[in-house]
Amino acid sequence: MTARRDALAALKGTLARLERGAMPSASPHFSLGPTGLDALLGGGLARAALHEVFAASPAHGPSATGFALGLALRAAPSAPVVWIRQRMLDQEFGRPYGHGIAALGLDPGRLVLVRARDAEAVLKATHDAARCGAVGVVIAEIWGAPRVLDLTASRRLSLAAAESGVTVIVTRTDAEPAASAALSRWQVRAMASPATEAGLPGLPAFLVTLLRHRAGIPPRDWPMEWDREHRRFRERAALPRRLDALPGDRAAAPQAPALPFRRAG
Amino acid sequence: MAGALLIAAVDARARSLGLCPGQKLADARACLPTLVAMEHDRDADRHFLERLADAADRYTPLVALEPPEGFTLDITGCAHLFGGEAALHKDLLRRLAGAGLTARATVAGTPEAASALARYATRDSVPPGAEAEAVASLPVMALGIDPAAVLALTRAGLKTIGDLGCRPGDILVARFGALLATRLRRVTGREDTRLTPRRAVATCMVERRFAEPVGRREDLLGALGMILGTAGTTMEERGEGGRLFEASFFRTDGVVRRIAVETGEATRDGAALIRLFAEKMHLIDDPSDPGFGFDLIRLAVLRTEALAPRQARLDGRGEADRETVALIDRLVARFGRDSVVRLVDRHSHIPERAEAMRPAIAVGATAAWPVMRAARPLTRPLQLFDPPQPIETLAEVPDGPPATFHWRRTTHQIARAEGPERIATEWWRDGESALTRDYYCLEDREGRRFWVFRQGLYGTETTAPRWFVHGLFA
Repeated sequence: MTARRDALAALKGTLARLERGAMPSASPHFSLGPTGLDALLGGGLARAALHEVFAASPAHGPSATGFALGLALRAAPSAPVVWIRQRMLDQEFGRPYGHGIAALGLDPGRLVLVRARDAEAVLKATHDAARCGAVGVVIAEIWGAPRVLDLTASRRLSLAAAESGVTVIVTRTDAEPAASAALSRWQVRAMASPATEAGLPGLPAFLVTLLRHRAGIPPRDWPMEWDREHRRFRERAALPRRLDALPGDRAAAPQAPALPFRRAG
Repeated sequence: MAGALLIAAVDARARSLGLCPGQKLADARACLPTLVAMEHDRDADRHFLERLADAADRYTPLVALEPPEGFTLDITGCAHLFGGEAALHKDLLRRLAGAGLTARATVAGTPEAASALARYATRDSVPPGAEAEAVASLPVMALGIDPAAVLALTRAGLKTIGDLGCRPGDILVARFGALLATRLRRVTGREDTRLTPRRAVATCMVERRFAEPVGRREDLLGALGMILGTAGTTMEERGEGGRLFEASFFRTDGVVRRIAVETGEATRDGAALIRLFAEKMHLIDDPSDPGFGFDLIRLAVLRTEALAPRQARLDGRGEADRETVALIDRLVARFGRDSVVRLVDRHSHIPERAEAMRPAIAVGATAAWPVMRAARPLTRPLQLFDPPQPIETLAEVPDGPPATFHWRRTTHQIARAEGPERIATEWWRDGESALTRDYYCLEDREGRRFWVFRQGLYGTETTAPRWFVHGLFA
């Protein structure tokens, strides 16, 4: 089963690569970690591009932020990260916490935080930062669906990223995905920890859906964990075998997140 | 007299009708029933005086306030720029009259002599060394000493400064204190003092005057660019760079607009600085009062640091760092100093005190963070609430983790919990009675993770501990 799926993923990846041969961008890529996903993406995501991360619902905003930080760590292992955040998010989810950021594996000393009053200010700051080649990644966090964030705005960010080589990640909370110039668009929701013997929370887990990719990669769900020791994402086994051996834990362990994974096969 | 309304100031017409400051308002009303009185607003007066002093900055950077109604300029060495002392005096009075004010001014050798003559005489200027003679006929009140002393002197028949001048100094000191003798020496020009300017004097200052007022933003920026070039040359000769720059734009009608720009590291790069100023140029516009343009621009470098010529690093790292600093400067110019921050470790085990946000422009990139050991699971949340948010919980046992909790109109069913991590308070800061916190990492059925704590140890510190959510994990 797994072997077949991997083979299929590899084939899809090859197809995607062939399709992408026509695309002008020849920028280097960063891999996310899960082999199946990286193969599908043709080696990973483009660095000098705009990527969008949507929270599945406002309640999953922190997961979207966590996923964006993971992407940032993959894209730029040591360069400065500029994190621009609408103040509204601080009220909803709390302010960025350095010790927690360090716990994910990102050195807070690399971070420059910009606290913007509204979405317009976020966009201006993001555009400024995206044009600065010394920056590795710009993370922009926007609440809701403000009118200033239209196709033109995303195109400008995309162009700035392509010119400077900076990776721009825009996270959106309480917003519906809409047309944009982003190279890839993801949706993130929190995912329950796998059942363990002690019943403890595990690594940060995300149920990530690749909604759209400019190379035409088909949408699919990717259950992932953040492995902070190796600073990479890891594919979560859909149904851990160990779970069968521990029926006692199962009653409390929600299994719902595992289902969408099957649908994609 | 307590509680009586007194007259603080009168206009020329009222004065001609015999009213004077210090009079009771009721008495004045009795003499003049049609009197119009307004409440004295000291803050507004002060504010207005500050604005006038700002406008007087165009003559010299050394301006001192003499509330409630005066200010002093130190024009030593800069009168010739305005065509001499008399021309400067005339120009100042002309501008003040243009603003609708009645003003008097005197040029004298010491600030005290000038102040006394401006208030109690009508002389425009005093030749050097002639102060004693000029003030001799002024009343002793002009010395600026306390009213009791003035009364005592007058009673003793010493009505003018000239009367005092011919008495032995030590007798006056014995009777009226050293202050009188000091004031006397200063007013008569026998002792010179420096005035204390209201604004710090910059180490490097360049200005440019226009024959005709300039209003267009592009022209002003162009002129500022030339000034920055001059300032850069001056700083380069001294081996310095600036960290804090302030441009003052003097409008012809006396309004002064100032724009300050701060940089993350010392610089004298005019092109980069002019970009930062351009971000803030909208501050000099006033849609409700556009004015007739600006006739003087002054640039002051308020803070300088040593700036040695740099050697390029082979790996290009220095260039990248400089680019980042330039980006931060730009963001600061656009969004303000406190909106662009870095996180700094504070070495406290109380979570909300363990770190602080500091302006990125002040901290720099070298803020050291301890290397986190790989630990599973993650022990600190990605986002922190400050202050913590209260929640309602339901627990199976009072000293265990909650089974469910209610927060922001949502009930969360807890599937997994880890803890407690006990964090004692800092008794040396919070006092002995501060409550201990037990932290839990909770995961609800949907996989969302919360960092919550129970305030107070059940049984020993409190019987009804309160719960708070302190942070959210990714």
